[in-house]
Amino acid sequence: MVCRVKPANASHVFRALADPTRRAIFEELTRQGEQTVHALTRYAGVSQPAVSKHLTVLKRAKLVRHRREGRETHYRAQADALAPMVDWLNLYGAFWRDRFDRLEELLERMDS
Amino acid sequence: MSNPAETPRSLVIERVFPHPPEKLWRALTEGPLLAQWMMNNDFQPVVGRKFQFRADPMPNWNGVVDCEVLIVDPLQRLSYNWGVGDADSGLQWVVLWTLTPADGGTHVRMEQSGFRPDQQAAYQGANYGWQKFIGNLEQVLGGGAI
Repeated sequence: MVCRVKPANASHVFRALADPTRRAIFEELTRQGEQTVHALTRYAGVSQPAVSKHLTVLKRAKLVRHRREGRETHYRAQADALAPMVDWLNLYGAFWRDRFDRLEELLERMDS
Repeated sequence: MSNPAETPRSLVIERVFPHPPEKLWRALTEGPLLAQWMMNNDFQPVVGRKFQFRADPMPNWNGVVDCEVLIVDPLQRLSYNWGVGDADSGLQWVVLWTLTPADGGTHVRMEQSGFRPDQQAAYQGANYGWQKFIGNLEQVLGGGAI
């Protein structure tokens, strides 16, 4: 029903994206492609240490990958990592549609 | 940082039932009726009430949904938290039911959205962000995948 996806997998992704700033950083990376930490800091409007912290959380959830070039670290989005989240949403979509059908049947059976 | 042109969306299921709102409200809030179409439960329509939905356990899920009533607005709105799994690795959601009288019946809207457990106070803001993000998922994945 709602659980063919292992909750822990989806949970990492959801939690990483639960923060609005992290969501914004991730979206920016999906829109613009690879970005340096400096560029992301300018975009996000928070301090560089804060951005680095957010990137670490995104990295742990495998939502971004990084590479070093000289003094700069470049990040890029890994949209594939969203798959558990998409599966989860699809499963819940099917779950609720099924419940709506059952609700409809119940309403037919009820007196008033 | 935000783009107001993006359309907010989230996991929303809607349907018009040919029954009055009073009947829908009973089906949504009376435990024994709720059990007939949702799951076994100890629900009571009281804000702050903690309750559980229980289904048969299955792989990756013990069959329990931990909930807390957030909104009880008779005949109009009902909302509860929806927690699956343990506090550390589990998932937290908010389920919001909205009933609106419609031609010949009731329009029922169910919205399920995610939020950070430690951000309940900022729930409205977090909720908006999620809707927007889920709406953008399709684009992020290049469309078609969702």
